[in-house]
Amino acid sequence: MVLSELWFVLIAIVFIGFFFLEGFDFGVGMSTRLVAKNQTERSVMVNTIGPFWDANEVWLLTGGGAIFAAFPHWYATMFSGYYLPLLVVLLCLIARGVSFEFRRKVDNPRWTNIWDWAIFISSILSPFLLGVLFTSMLKGMPIQKDMNMQPGFTDFINIYSLWGGVTVTLLCFLHGLHFLTLKTSGEIRRRATLLAKRAALAVLGALAIFVVLSWMMTDIFEAHLVTELMLVGFIVLAYGLTYYFISKKREGLAFTMSGLGLALTVSAIFVGLFPRVMISSINKAFDLTVYNASSGDYSLKIMTIVAVTILPFVLGYTIWSYYIFRKRVTDKEHLTY
Amino acid sequence: MDPIFLARFQFAATTIFHFFFVPLSIGLVLMVAVMETLYVVKKNELYKKMAKFWGHLFLINFAVGVVTGIIQEFQFGMNWSEYSRFVGDVFGAPLAIEALLAFFMESTFIGLWIFGWDRLSKKLHLACIWLVSLGTILSAVWILTANSFMQVPVGYVMKNGRAEMNDFLALITNGQLLVEFPHVLTGAICTGAFFVAGVSAYNLLKKRNIVFYKKSIQLALIFGLIGSIGVALSGHTQAQYLVKTQPMKMAAAEGIWKDTADPAPWSAFALIDTKKQENKLELNIPYALSFLSYSKFEGSLKGMETLQKEYTAKYDSIVGEGTNYIPPVKTTYWSFRLMIGFGVAMILLPIIGLFLWKRGRLVGSTWFLKFLLPAITFPFLANTFGWMMTEIGRQPWSVFGLMTTADAVSPNVPAGMILFSTIMYLLVFTILLLVMVYLMIREIKKGPDVLHGVDDKLLTDSDPFKVGA
Ligand code: HDD
Ligand code: HEM
Ligand code: HEM
Repeated sequence: MVLSELWFVLIAIVFIGFFFLEGFDFGVGMSTRLVAKNQTERSVMVNTIGPFWDANEVWLLTGGGAIFAAFPHWYATMFSGYYLPLLVVLLCLIARGVSFEFRRKVDNPRWTNIWDWAIFISSILSPFLLGVLFTSMLKGMPIQKDMNMQPGFTDFINIYSLWGGVTVTLLCFLHGLHFLTLKTSGEIRRRATLLAKRAALAVLGALAIFVVLSWMMTDIFEAHLVTELMLVGFIVLAYGLTYYFISKKREGLAFTMSGLGLALTVSAIFVGLFPRVMISSINKAFDLTVYNASSGDYSLKIMTIVAVTILPFVLGYTIWSYYIFRKRVTDKEHLTY
Repeated sequence: MDPIFLARFQFAATTIFHFFFVPLSIGLVLMVAVMETLYVVKKNELYKKMAKFWGHLFLINFAVGVVTGIIQEFQFGMNWSEYSRFVGDVFGAPLAIEALLAFFMESTFIGLWIFGWDRLSKKLHLACIWLVSLGTILSAVWILTANSFMQVPVGYVMKNGRAEMNDFLALITNGQLLVEFPHVLTGAICTGAFFVAGVSAYNLLKKRNIVFYKKSIQLALIFGLIGSIGVALSGHTQAQYLVKTQPMKMAAAEGIWKDTADPAPWSAFALIDTKKQENKLELNIPYALSFLSYSKFEGSLKGMETLQKEYTAKYDSIVGEGTNYIPPVKTTYWSFRLMIGFGVAMILLPIIGLFLWKRGRLVGSTWFLKFLLPAITFPFLANTFGWMMTEIGRQPWSVFGLMTTADAVSPNVPAGMILFSTIMYLLVFTILLLVMVYLMIREIKKGPDVLHGVDDKLLTDSDPFKVGA
């Protein structure tokens, strides 16, 4: 494997990490309106992700940084081309970040309510837009010879990308519900379990439509037929098992499976792209690939050494922090956020 | 409107905004870590209260610092895509390392610190805050590594029309980084110190929680002295480095049009006429510029006229005939003066404060405490002017000697889009700033709430004139 291919894989892994982790706190954010019935319940929910959400978001920043370092052309084309959706993603990330910190700094239900709405809306919009972004990449964007694109509205907003956005949002929602069943007790846990069962079915439906749409609108099945079919099989299996486990109240396993489902879905997207990183809808020759968009070997080598050295530590203390905060959160205790 | 202007305006506005919060975070968390260390070592609850109270203010600031930083990372690709293509090979690595090494550390351990007061042992909890502090400092190291490359490009070769990294070691031992990092770090320490000093002074004037704020202000004065002396010394080494690496920036910062006399005087005030390329009404301090530039009382500096000729011979082949290499002189000149002015004031204040403390008159010296209130803004202003001098003085270059700012901007992004995003950012920033200031004032008014088991007398000893500082 050449280094630029390795970095494609590493970036995929970073995004898997991102969706696995930030996925559930997006989902918890959505649950603050869809599951919680009052402000106390919302507070409990926010506190389940309190110690984690910031570090989870860093996976996205790391992904961005890694793309910048390993594939400067990919970074430049994507970020300048997806200007508007990225602007909205940024505004959402800003809103989420400060809302957690601010929501209960003033003892006034109206105050808290404003920030809670910000959490809810941004938690839906962020995964939705990221979903739109990734799926429209699969479909191809009008990239010209000079590697730049000036997409029109329908290039990123079309049936396929919208459905991709909806699907990703649902996947995160389900994952968040499972997280809640693990981290709360009593009434919230019961309602989350109930909703998770329905959400799992909705996810299966959404994915089925998404696969059909992908078959019609993209070339990923042509390019990687066997691998993609296997991945689709595993994804269906994972979400089937998720439904089974949550019905049996095996919350840990259900959470693992919905996480696995997200991981496999992200993998399917990246496999579909490979060896391209951005597909040109104008001309195949204008595709950005892992070979023509990457950094030089020296810089990739340095980055590999750095990543291999640091990543184990990051994973180590991340796991440790989840271990420290393994207890269920209730409104009986002092809630920090 | 011109997309280049808009993109520059957006970059300047958002980084300056980001950099209001960054140095306060770096400085304040370091002080909180020291407070908690004192608590663990001396087992005095007062220090725990200090760590908690100042930690609270730190967290509000940190939240805004984080979200404004995310914009920065996206912005390179959104507005400066040609730049990203050109230097991504070199420049992306420090950014990615910053995320991997520093941001993960900061964010994970801040979570552990906030939520871990009852779940972690005292020592582990203390370790967490030190790791957060280390994280903020490492983040500065790496982002400044990236910035230093733009000031003084090293460790690269030109290949296929792009800069490619060929020496990582050179990149992280960049001379520019070695002088820039200490300056930024000590500037951040000043920011934390003057913030704590000012807030404490305010409460001492109101005669609230005397013992608590007296301890806080004493700690802040010590930090303030270390920071402000450090920032002056490191600034001096930076200036010397600048003369060698970016003489044009130095000449602009000094408003020198024609080569100076030997020894060179330092201009404290001048009315600069950029059209006629001359100064009126100069107020000069003899020898001082030679000393600032070479650490001795001799030596002359080249003026912008000479340098324009030298740069033309050297760089016109890269960026095109007839390029003007002179940055906006007035802005560069006055930013430099203002930074140094605030810097001098910031050395004097802690010295006076420590002197009063020694004499036991700190808490009683109302006039001095009153001085400390506006002084909260000094480091913020000095930081901003410092960056303005560094970045605006670098113009027209984006990467010195390799790429101009005009060539760096995204070719495919229409001006209207940049304008729109700028307006959105400014809107959000205004809201963030208002909310943050509101929350800070609230927290400060609430003061350190009385903890279970803390001797109330510790906090409320009331007569400032008896307490002996
Ligand atoms: C890693 C790189 C980097 C870093 C750490 C900084 N800058 Fe910078 N700065 C740039 C990279 C850059 C840039 C992208 O390259 C710009 C845009 C156009 C240019 O030439 O430089 C720039 C421009 C720029 C301008 C506008 C200059 C002009 O267009 O006239 C200002 C005022 C600042 N910056 C201020 C700052 C502040 C307050 C920073 C503190 C956070 C900062 N810079 C850090
Ligand atoms: C213009 C270039 C810059 C970029 C691209 C950038 C990027 C970022 C990003 C993405 C974050 C959020 C991290 C998180 O979620 O934890 C952040 C926060 C931070 N940045 Fe920047 N940054 C820039 C300038 C600087 C500079 C010059 C410094 C230091 C000297 C700095 C120091 C920090 C620190 C300490 C934080 C943590 C948040 C805080 O302290 O308030 N940044 N930055
Ligand atoms: C007291 C005398 C001071 C001197 C002689 C001095 C000198 C300098 C010089 C020469 C630069 C430009 C370096 C370059 O462009 O490469 C600079 C930049 C800067 N200064 Fe100062 N400075 C002083 C005080 C301060 C103070 C008090 C602060 C803030 C608390 C501060 C914050 C900054 C910052 C943030 C920068 C931009 C980053 C950098 O290039 O290091 N400076 N300073």
